Amino acid sequence: MLVSAKELQSDAFEELAMPLFDRLYNFAYWLTQNRDETEDLVQETYAKALRGFSSFQPGTNFRAWMYRILRNTFLTSRTGLKATMTVPLDSEENGRELTSECQTPEAILIERADWQRVQSAIDDLPVASREILLLCEVEEMSYREIAEALSIPVGTVMSRLSRARKMLAERLRR
Amino acid sequence: MVCESWKTQLDTYLDGELPSDEMHAFDAHVRSCASCAADALARVQTKRSIQAAGKRFIPRAEFRRRVEESIGVKPRRSVVGWGWMITAAILALLLVGGLGVTYNERRRASQEQQGYSELADLHVATLASTSPVDVVSSDRHTVKPWFQGKIPFTFNLPELQNSEFSLVGGRITYFEQTPGAHLIYKLRKHELSVFIFQEGISPSMRDEHSAVARRLSFNMETWSQGGLWYCIVGDASASDVHELAELLKRSASS
Repeated sequence: MLVSAKELQSDAFEELAMPLFDRLYNFAYWLTQNRDETEDLVQETYAKALRGFSSFQPGTNFRAWMYRILRNTFLTSRTGLKATMTVPLDSEENGRELTSECQTPEAILIERADWQRVQSAIDDLPVASREILLLCEVEEMSYREIAEALSIPVGTVMSRLSRARKMLAERLRR
Repeated sequence: MVCESWKTQLDTYLDGELPSDEMHAFDAHVRSCASCAADALARVQTKRSIQAAGKRFIPRAEFRRRVEESIGVKPRRSVVGWGWMITAAILALLLVGGLGVTYNERRRASQEQQGYSELADLHVATLASTSPVDVVSSDRHTVKPWFQGKIPFTFNLPELQNSEFSLVGGRITYFEQTPGAHLIYKLRKHELSVFIFQEGISPSMRDEHSAVARRLSFNMETWSQGGLWYCIVGDASASDVHELAELLKRSASS
């Protein structure tokens, strides 16, 4: 039986992309905080990724590539535009100075708190902080991978991550 | 602030993002600094909480099918005829069995990892404490009787006269709601924890072998002997951990 190049490409894409489905969905939901929008976002991400799959360089990081497409799609969505318009992303280059000074009462609090409390503190973070925290802690991406997914330099990853941790700690202290 | 220069890099260290030489220097510092060790432990717990809380949303099966269809995932072919159906049924059974085994394997591995993490946490938290042991003595004949009536078993401790190890003391510990003995040994500047529990405490962690394994940057060795389950955790080298294990094994069999 002859198999077309298109079919082969679709099979390769499925093999790489579908194992990421649940994680991408979870990440997308954290961004949109709405099921319908999440489903639209994930569906569009997969459609765009399949269309652009021929431009994906084998051997490079497919996961970061998928997250980048999802995130760019989100940023151009209505919710994404609204979120980024209301969240200033200034002072990112001063990351080292922003490193959290926590004496970690928040850690003690987290230990005692239930998941809902942590979840609502994450919910309450601005999108830029929420996404970087989730990519680092939940997706366990390296700084380099996060930089690739968010299209930002590694230094900015560090400063943004540091700020996100500090903001989360502040929210948990309340 | 105490250790300010270290603490500013603590998150980067815990993310595993420092260059290897700095990681080693940091490892050494955290081991010798109670304040940074306690801070590191608290931040690790924070990371775990975020990780658990972050895995929150699960897609609907119907939505997954929709996406699969949209990217051209081939539908499963229908099989025709009894022969095919029987073959498919056998394959399905094998697959379910295989999945069950895989699932159980993964679950066991995850439980095991969690168990070792808890023991590593106990080790770090104890060393970070201002009073890590409740019975302070280098004399095994003082430490062993101290546990009498406090835990539901007894154990032998090795004679350390001709070794580099020294006993610091002991305390009662709890793991999976079960009491056990936690002994601290010193080797040069390293401190090692020896946990002793009744065998069967954690079915997923019943290592029959006793090779030293590196987990969470610590060297660990576990074994079962005489109805008890032993676990050594420490930052000493694998050979040092193994040497202490051998001493304990010999004393347990004597």
